[in-house]
Amino acid sequence: MQFGIFTVSDITQDPTTGRTPTEAERIQATLTIAKHAEEVGLDVFALGEHHNPPFWSSSPTTTLAYIAGQTSTLQLSTATTLITTNDPVKIAEDFAMLQHVSGGRADVMLGRGNTGPVYPWFGKDIRQGLPLAMENYELLHRLWREDVVDWEGRFRTPLQGFTSTPRPLDGVPPFVWHGSIRTPEVAEQAASYGDGFFANHIFWPASHTQRMIALYRQRFEHHGHGTAAQAIVGLGGQVFMRKNSQDAVRDFRPYFDNAPVYGHGPSLEDFTQQTPLTVGSPQEVIDRTLGFRDYVGDYQRQLWLLDHAGLPLKTVLEQLDLLGEEVVPVLRREFAKNRPAEVPDAPTHAALVAAKYGDEAPRQATPNANRGDNLAGPSPYQDVQAAPAPVKTGSAFGPAATR
Amino acid sequence: MTTKRIVVISSGLSTPSSTRQLADRLSADAAEILQERGVEVEVQTFELRDLAHDITNHLLLGFAPPKLEAALEAVAAADGLIAVTPIFTTSYAGLFKSFIDVIDPQALTDLPVLIGATGGTPRHSLAIDYAIRPLFTYLHAVPVTTGVYAATSDWGDGGDGVRSLPDRIFRGAKEFADLVERTDRSDLMNDPFALERPVGHLIGGLAGE
Repeated sequence: MQFGIFTVSDITQDPTTGRTPTEAERIQATLTIAKHAEEVGLDVFALGEHHNPPFWSSSPTTTLAYIAGQTSTLQLSTATTLITTNDPVKIAEDFAMLQHVSGGRADVMLGRGNTGPVYPWFGKDIRQGLPLAMENYELLHRLWREDVVDWEGRFRTPLQGFTSTPRPLDGVPPFVWHGSIRTPEVAEQAASYGDGFFANHIFWPASHTQRMIALYRQRFEHHGHGTAAQAIVGLGGQVFMRKNSQDAVRDFRPYFDNAPVYGHGPSLEDFTQQTPLTVGSPQEVIDRTLGFRDYVGDYQRQLWLLDHAGLPLKTVLEQLDLLGEEVVPVLRREFAKNRPAEVPDAPTHAALVAAKYGDEAPRQATPNANRGDNLAGPSPYQDVQAAPAPVKTGSAFGPAATR
Repeated sequence: MTTKRIVVISSGLSTPSSTRQLADRLSADAAEILQERGVEVEVQTFELRDLAHDITNHLLLGFAPPKLEAALEAVAAADGLIAVTPIFTTSYAGLFKSFIDVIDPQALTDLPVLIGATGGTPRHSLAIDYAIRPLFTYLHAVPVTTGVYAATSDWGDGGDGVRSLPDRIFRGAKEFADLVERTDRSDLMNDPFALERPVGHLIGGLAGE
């Protein structure tokens, strides 16, 4: 099981000082946070995408590539990458690049984005959000698996003989999570491809997450990717810790009360009761987090939101220290107990390569000399036969992938 | 015979309120009419005042706290809705509209509705027909033709001499009862997450389909 953090990249006034960090400060702070996540023993850092102030993360793969260069084990992901307003061709290229420069430490979480004004800036319409997510992913999925793609759809200019470069590292596409708060169609999309499903699990009650995950697991099995227990599940979460519970509540309250999204709404007490937000001691976070398994089953990835709402860097680093020293080691041990053997580990590049190639050497794409187009002749790559490889069915990952 | 579920929402702000009083009269008459016809009735009444904070939080966050969730589920699964609001500044109370705003837009389809309203003067009685009725027709609910408006004067001397408030309550309740008796709405509830339900409609043409 993987543990990590995700950030939405908000630049928010610290309500206790009245000071708003600059973009430069917040960007540097986030890089420090990501590096510290690895230092304290976390597995994953995931970064959101926004195209409007007060957020800074418009270009996640650039940021993640830098972090990749500064770290050695940290898995780099997104939360989320906009499958609606980004061109799927660019997503295919950017994340294949990130795979290469990070040595296979990249995956991607796709989401639709719910900021209405963003859509028209990219020539799209939010009312088409779901059809865009379906069509764009269908193309993205092919671009990573087929060297030469002919494609035509509703939302993008057609492709004739297009090759997305570089080809995915070792011929294995980045693992894909589909993220959604409340849309059953996205759970179905994740299940039908045998991809992962990530539940936001922050803003809505746990009962809602439970139903989304149950639907995803059932449909994963229906589509023949493995048993329901073998579906790949990730959960969000939100914590604030001090050694003593009372100190945590006291210190977090001003940030909660003024936070984007839920600030000026329910009380901290009501919100912690109604959603998975936990404000308290490390032991309380451990207990609450272990309880997630009771309603979603054994899962693969737990990410926490730690650094939003104007919390200063120093505080966020303290949170990371507590996670690394007191919380995650216990969670690793406890989650491993009674975990059924059939439940897969979290997806990694190495595991995906092993699932695809077994003991054989993975593909190393080697292009032919430029001939100006891909429309005629054999493959643009020297290492593959002209005839397309048979499509492999089964899961993208996990025991079912090797059946 | 299955039980018919009537949900009453009252958005009066004081306790006791004349809005709640009108709501109770309407639901009592409707229940009595149905019971006389041998129909079992279950009436559930919600004071929106008790849900005011939850409604605001729902507007801000997008999900309903437990108490409000129970009210929303009750409305969505009802066979009939009795909706009563005071008239403030020529229209429904803001709290009443906020509650309607957090209801799923499809949840009221085909739902029989009896509209009631209260106010200080009979001169606002048309607010039922120019403000409240369009709200429910937009949502594809079925408001009965009689809406019952109760002005302060209706509760004492000086009420309508042609047709008294109790007459109007009975007339509205009877129209409402006629529709509630016939509807099978609460048996047709569907749940997008229900796992036993086929989900092929969710998506077409994806890998593996």
